[in-house]
Amino acid sequence: MGQQPITFLRQVMALCTYPNLLDSPSFPEDAKKRARRILQACGGNSLGSYSASQGVNCIREDVAAYIARRDGGVPADPDNIYLTTGASDGITTILKILVSGGGKSRTGVLIPIPQYPLYSAVLSELGAVQVNYYLDEDNCWALDVQELRRAVREAKEHCDPKVLCIINPGNPTGQVQSRKCIEDVIHLAWEEKLFLLADEVYQDNVYSANCTFHSFKKVLWELGPEYSSNVELASFHSTSKGYMGECGYRGGYMEVVNLHPEIKGQLVKLLSVRLCPPVSGQAAMDIVVNPPRPGEESFAQFVREKEAVLSNLAEKAKLTEDLLNQVPGIRCNPLQGAMYAFPRLLLPPKAVEAAQAHGMAPDMFYCMRLLEETGICVVPGSGFGQREGTYHFRITILPPVEKLKTVLQRVKDFHVQFLEEFA
Amino acid sequence: MAVRTVGHNQATMNGLREKVLTLDTMNACVKRVEYAVRGPIVLRALELEQELSQGVKKPFTEVIRANIGDAHAMGQKPITFLRQVLALCVHPDLQNSPDFPEDAKRKARSILQACGGHSLGAYSNSSGIQPIREHVAQYIQRRDGGIPADPNNIFLSTGASDAIVTVLKLLVAGEGRCRTGVLIPIPQYPLYSAALAELDAVQVDYYLDEDRAWALDVAELRRALCQARGHCLPRVLCIINPGNPTGQVQTRECIEAVIRFAFEERLFLMADEVYQDNVYAEGSQFHSFKKVLMEMGPPYSTQQELASFHSISKGYMGECGLRGGYMEVVNMDPAVQQQMQKLVSVRLCPPLPGQVALDVVVSPPEPSDPSFAQFQAEKQEVLAQLAAKAKLTEQVFNEAPGIRCNPVQGAMYSFPRIQLPPRAVRRAKELGQAPDMFFCLRLLEETGICVVPGCGFGQREGTYHFRMTILPAAEKLRPLLEKLSQFHAKFTREYS
Repeated sequence: MGQQPITFLRQVMALCTYPNLLDSPSFPEDAKKRARRILQACGGNSLGSYSASQGVNCIREDVAAYIARRDGGVPADPDNIYLTTGASDGITTILKILVSGGGKSRTGVLIPIPQYPLYSAVLSELGAVQVNYYLDEDNCWALDVQELRRAVREAKEHCDPKVLCIINPGNPTGQVQSRKCIEDVIHLAWEEKLFLLADEVYQDNVYSANCTFHSFKKVLWELGPEYSSNVELASFHSTSKGYMGECGYRGGYMEVVNLHPEIKGQLVKLLSVRLCPPVSGQAAMDIVVNPPRPGEESFAQFVREKEAVLSNLAEKAKLTEDLLNQVPGIRCNPLQGAMYAFPRLLLPPKAVEAAQAHGMAPDMFYCMRLLEETGICVVPGSGFGQREGTYHFRITILPPVEKLKTVLQRVKDFHVQFLEEFA
Repeated sequence: MAVRTVGHNQATMNGLREKVLTLDTMNACVKRVEYAVRGPIVLRALELEQELSQGVKKPFTEVIRANIGDAHAMGQKPITFLRQVLALCVHPDLQNSPDFPEDAKRKARSILQACGGHSLGAYSNSSGIQPIREHVAQYIQRRDGGIPADPNNIFLSTGASDAIVTVLKLLVAGEGRCRTGVLIPIPQYPLYSAALAELDAVQVDYYLDEDRAWALDVAELRRALCQARGHCLPRVLCIINPGNPTGQVQTRECIEAVIRFAFEERLFLMADEVYQDNVYAEGSQFHSFKKVLMEMGPPYSTQQELASFHSISKGYMGECGLRGGYMEVVNMDPAVQQQMQKLVSVRLCPPLPGQVALDVVVSPPEPSDPSFAQFQAEKQEVLAQLAAKAKLTEQVFNEAPGIRCNPVQGAMYSFPRIQLPPRAVRRAKELGQAPDMFFCLRLLEETGICVVPGCGFGQREGTYHFRMTILPAAEKLRPLLEKLSQFHAKFTREYS
C-alpha cells in the first residue's frame, strides 16, 4: 500500500545478495559490517547456501539479544530461537507437533474469536479440535479469563484441550493486552496445563497512549520460578509487520521456553525435512533485531524512517476509528494496535434476510456489495469469527492518509445508502 | 470425558511439573519422520566441527560436508546476472549505479512493476507473481520443443519440497485399507518418506535396479502395486528424474512405459525433475514427463494427471538458500486445482527473492543481451565442472576393491555400493546401528568426511551404500575420494 522499505534493511540485503557492492562507496560502513557478518556465517559466504535448519547461528544470537533488550534484561537462550518462513511457518510447525490423540482425546486448541484465520485453517488441516473463546467486544475486545475457563471446561467434554493461542496485539481486533491480563492467562495455563502460543507479530504496532506491549516471555519470567520453569510457551515474531512491512521476504522467528529437550530435538528434525527458512528472510530478521545503534552512521536516518512509519500508522489508526464511528450503524472499538479496524455493523433485518436469500453470511453479502459498488475490498467478519448475530468487517489502516480518508468516506456513503435500501 | 493424568513424581519433587508436550503426548506421525540428509550423522559432524574450532586434536583439519546437495557451501559461485537482478530488486536505488548492466536493470524494473507497491516486500499472489508464472510457462514450452504450458497451471513454491508436500497433502485420504498408498523409488530422496510419515500415508516401495544402472523397471512397479493393493489404496506414483541419490537419467522409452502404467492403473504421477539441468553422461538426455505425456497423445495427454517439480537449488544456479521452485500441474480436476490454490493461500506466498531468482533461471539473457556471454560462460563452467566431478567420482570409486559405483549419469551424487565384512555387520548390529551407518560414523570420526549412509535412502536388504555429493572443489575431490577408498580398505582389513 505504498509504505517505503527501511533503507538500511534494503542496503544490507543488497550487500548480502551481491557482495561486489561491499566495494561500492554508495553504501554506509555499518551496513557493510552487518552484511559481512551475515555472509561469514553462511556456507560458502553465500545467501544461496542452505543454512542450519534452525537458522543461521549468529542471527539466532542476535534475536536472543534483541529479546533480552526488549524484555528489560530477561535472558533469552539462542538455542531456544528458531528462525522460520514467516511467523505462520513456526505456528504451523508447533501445532503439528502438539496435535495428537483420537476421538475424545483429540487435542483441543483454544483460539480467540475473532481470530486470524491461519489458526482455524491449520487446525482444520491437522484434524485438531478448534475450541473458541470469545473476546469481549463491549470491553475493547479484552480477553476475559472467565471466558477462557468456560471454554476449557466445555471443551473437556469432547476433546483434550492442551493448547492456548493468544494474539497480542490482536488480529483482527487490534487490542493490546494489559499486563494483568497476561498474568491471568499464564496462571490459567499453569492451572489447566495448557501449552501457550503467543503470536506477537504486531509487537511494534502499538498506538494507544495508555497501552504497552508486554511480551508473554517477560511476564512469565517475572512471575517467578514456579511459572517460569514450568509453563511451556512459544512466542512468534515476523518481518512482515511492525515498521518493516517486509512480507515478501517471509522472515520470522519463534522463541520456545520450557520445552522438553526431546521435543526440541523433534522440532529440529521436523524442520530439517524442509531444509531451512529462506536465508534472505533470515537476513531481514537480523536487521530487525539488530538495527543501527546510536553513534552508527545510519542511526539517524533509520530512526527517522521508523518513527515516520509508526507515527503514520498511529495517525491512520485514530483516523480510521474516528471516521468509522461517525457512521450511523457502525461502531468501531479503539484501534490500540496492529494494522486493522474490525468495526461492528448494525445491519437492518431486511439486509440479513436478503443475505440469507442469497445463501451468504450477512457481512459477506454487505462486503460483496461494497466491493461491487465502490471497489473497496475488505474481509467480512464471518471469515474471522464473531458472536452469533453480530456482523463485522476487517479493513486495513494501510492506505496513505489522504487515500484512507477517501476510502472511509466512500464506506460511509455506501453504508448510509445500504441502510436506506434495506430500511 | 477426556482426562490427562498429571505425573506427581520425580519431576514434581524437583519443582518441575510433567510437561504438556512430551514424546508420549506429541503427534505420533511426526515422531516417525526421519530425514537422513540432516540426520544423526550430520549432528555428529556438527559436534566435530565445534570440537575442531575449540582446538581439539583430530585426525583431520576440517569436516567435509559431502552430505547435502548445497553447491554454494562447497565453493560454487552464484551466477552473476542472477544476483545483479536480485540486488536491483532488493534495492532499487541501484538503478542509478553504473556498475550494473542494462539488461539486469530492465529485468529488475519489470519484475518490480508486477509487485505490490513495486516492492519485493509485498506479498505476491499465492501462486506467485503473474509475469513470472508466464515466464515459467514459456520456459517449459521452449524446453519441451514447443509443447505449450498454461501459466494458470504453474504454482511457484518455497523450493520444490513445498510443492511436493502440497500435492501429497491433497492426495492422501481414506482410512484403514483404503488409506492412500504412494509409490516411491528405493533408493529415494527422503523428503518423500518423511512427508508420507507426517501425513500418515502408506509408503509403497518400488526398487530401482542397481545392476542396470538404477533403471526403473515397470515389472517392478507392477509388483509393488499389486502387493500394495492388499493393504492400501495406491493412488500416487513418484518418480525422481534425474534420480536422487542414484543419478540415473530415465530413457524416453522408460518414461513412456511409466506413463502407460500410471494411466492403466489410475495413478497420479508426480515427477520430481529438480536435476533436469544436471545431465552429464553421453547418451543420456533429460526428457520431461510433460513432454513425453503430450507427445503420447490422447487418451494419455488429455487424461493422465501429472504434477512436475523444479527448483532453483540445483542445476547450475545452486541457490538453495533462496528457496525457489515451481510445479506444473496437468489434467488436474479444476475443482481440486481450486482447492490447491486455497491451500497455498493459507501460507500467503513463496518468498519473493526465490521467485525473482526463478525468473532469471527461466528467462535468462538472450544472445543479443549484454550479459549473455558472461551468463553462458558461467553456466557452462559450472556444468562442465560438475560433469568432470561426476566422471572422476565414478572412476576413483570403481578403482577401489569392495566399492562399486554405478555411472553418475546426472544429479549431484554418487551412491556407491560398499562391501562390508560380516564381522563389521555383526559389530554394527551389536551397537544397534545399520551397518552402513556404522561405516559412515567411523569414516566421519577418522577422516572428517561426512556422507549419508544408504539406510537413509533405502536399499535392498543386505546391501550397503552411502551417498556422497560430487560438489567438493575440483582440486579437493580426488584426494577426498581416495581418502574414502583408503578408509574403506582399512576398515575391511580391520573387520576381516
